[in-house]
Amino acid sequence: MYVAVKGGGRAISAAHAWLDETRRGDTSLPELTVAQVEQQMGLAVDRVMAEGSCHDRFLAALAIKQAKGDLIEAAFLLRAYRTTLVRFGASEPVETSAMRLRRRVSATYKDLPGGQVLGPTFDYTHRLLDFALAAEGEARGEGPQAPAPVGEVPRVTELLAREGLMQREATDDAEPGDLTRQPLAFPAARPVRLQNLARGDEGFLLALGYSTQRGYGSNHPFVGEIRVGHVAVEFTPPELGFAIELGEIAITECQMVNQFKGSRTEPAQFTRGYGLVFGHGERRAMGMALVDRALRAEELGEDIAAPAQDAEFVLYHSDNIEATGFVEHLKLPHYVDFQSELENLRTIRRSAVAAEAARDGMAEAARDGTAEAAE
Amino acid sequence: MTPLSPGFADPVLDAQACFRAVLEAMSRPGRVVVAGAALRPPAPLCRAAAAVLLTLADADTPLWSDAGANAEAWLRFHCGAAFVTAPDHAAFVLATGTPPALDALQPGSEEQPQRGATLVVQVASLGAGHGWRLTGPGIEHEHRLAVTGAPGGFLAAWAMNRARFPRGVDVVLCAEDRLAALPRTVAIQEG
Amino acid sequence: MTRNAPHPMPDPLGERRAWMAVLARAGADDIAVLLPAMPAHERLRAPETGLVMVRGRAGGDGAAFNLGEMTVTRCAVRLGDAVGHAYVAGRDKRQAELAALVDAALQDPARRDALMEAVIAPLAARQQAARDAEARRAAATRVEFFTLATMR
Repeated sequence: MYVAVKGGGRAISAAHAWLDETRRGDTSLPELTVAQVEQQMGLAVDRVMAEGSCHDRFLAALAIKQAKGDLIEAAFLLRAYRTTLVRFGASEPVETSAMRLRRRVSATYKDLPGGQVLGPTFDYTHRLLDFALAAEGEARGEGPQAPAPVGEVPRVTELLAREGLMQREATDDAEPGDLTRQPLAFPAARPVRLQNLARGDEGFLLALGYSTQRGYGSNHPFVGEIRVGHVAVEFTPPELGFAIELGEIAITECQMVNQFKGSRTEPAQFTRGYGLVFGHGERRAMGMALVDRALRAEELGEDIAAPAQDAEFVLYHSDNIEATGFVEHLKLPHYVDFQSELENLRTIRRSAVAAEAARDGMAEAARDGTAEAAE
Repeated sequence: MTPLSPGFADPVLDAQACFRAVLEAMSRPGRVVVAGAALRPPAPLCRAAAAVLLTLADADTPLWSDAGANAEAWLRFHCGAAFVTAPDHAAFVLATGTPPALDALQPGSEEQPQRGATLVVQVASLGAGHGWRLTGPGIEHEHRLAVTGAPGGFLAAWAMNRARFPRGVDVVLCAEDRLAALPRTVAIQEG
Repeated sequence: MTRNAPHPMPDPLGERRAWMAVLARAGADDIAVLLPAMPAHERLRAPETGLVMVRGRAGGDGAAFNLGEMTVTRCAVRLGDAVGHAYVAGRDKRQAELAALVDAALQDPARRDALMEAVIAPLAARQQAARDAEARRAAATRVEFFTLATMR
């Protein structure tokens, strides 16, 4: 039960003023600009764009600054802002095979067309704190350039599919469900699941993905391919009637290759788990791909025994903005609720005490009776 | 093809003002309000009908219209709405001539009556004080609305539309820069 | 089910698509600095920021799904008889209006060649150079495997 409570306005504005002050921190230090956040906290910006489900680097950086670096709060701000904007329509599906690659690695083949392109990665760093970064004003030189650029490279999954060893994806031209328009309902089709996971909490995707590796719904995954880079987005304005490019966005794609033992209708082959996220977010894309594959259990006739395979469990709890809303609402006034719980508890206690007293009385009476009888 | 004319001069404020006018019209059925006075939509689109669609139609609301290529191009440009070939697939139906039958439009479902279509129909003129007798929610006793050029057999079709409540179609009557709304709850009798 | 829009200006060779793609990737200042003096234009639709839902495909090539939205700014202007359109990623209204203006001007055969040379070609060259530089940096991180000699 909820009862509107008034008052506290002055306390709230004082709290907000203090919040602003703590955001700014020590004023003898220069203030962080949004452009600095955007440029120098790029992976935080990427995560906020993914979980805020809105690709706009400046807005994500502004949200991070406003949220004092709380990335879930920042994603919340971005989601709230997007509701004020008109929707022009939906893009053509992005063509990830034509991505402008910064990074492309495969764990399944050493030598493959296009090769292993490491890009700007934390992999192979020593995870030693670099105190040189604490010295400001250091100019780092540009890295080397190879004589020949990385061109378009074929998908690993396509190489396997051509041999008939990789299950082909079902293609249909049906309009995909949209969680920003219709609430989640079950059974949820794969497009809806992918949309849900793409904006899901990174920690949740990571933990669930990890659980599948540890045996909770295992399907023995290999990273077929990870691609990081930029892809052109095409949109067909209704007044033009032909597709035009809006520009490019940064994305990360992960193709997880998984065993499938086959069924009565299909031979043993590999199947895909798919991850696609805004920005550079490998951990997120890999987690998403593992969970996507786990959620295909029903479609592939596998046992549903693990949390990661349970669509309702996964999809209802993946969104950190919904989760934080429901968890954090517990700190809001529940005074009336709690009074009734308190009253309830006291009544139970009282009646328990009364019942005990009555029982004791009866026992005493019975004992007395027995004693009398014995006498 | 005639060149495109602009839509609302201030898309946000003008759409808000028109939304307010449509809200007023829907909550007081039959009351005549003004909308879109400054618009110059292509013929045969009237200003009020143009304003209603600029305000309510967008990429998420499939549109059907009989208004011809110029009006469609104008609406497509300014609303971004997709046109459908079958009126029963449309969220908004624009009729500048004889409209499709009310029972041929999307009525929504018992669970989702809000999915019922809105028919925007252009008539010759709208006046108050005489004509149809309107009763129902939003009208204290009775409201009079004079409509010239209403579609043939409209009142009989309206009675049937009202009988399937909560399903049904809502109607916005438009003439020049004036409009009056007939939400599916209103009962209409010949004046 | 949806009727296709008639093509107000067919673009059989994809020329218009190509110049619109260049303008969509160019900053407002970059366009403005190259643009010669232009006659006054009429705003058919003032610059407006909204969202486009970006779609991907399951498995990269399967059924379409909604990945998330991106901010897009659009504008439409009339210059003489031509209507110029712009839909550009981001929220830069000045870029959208300049892009729409250049799109309108490029539809005029009398202006096209000069504008292609003065505006589109240098922007396209700069964008291509930036793409090439990044692709070569990526190529510098490509692993060159070599096999160790087998020891007995």
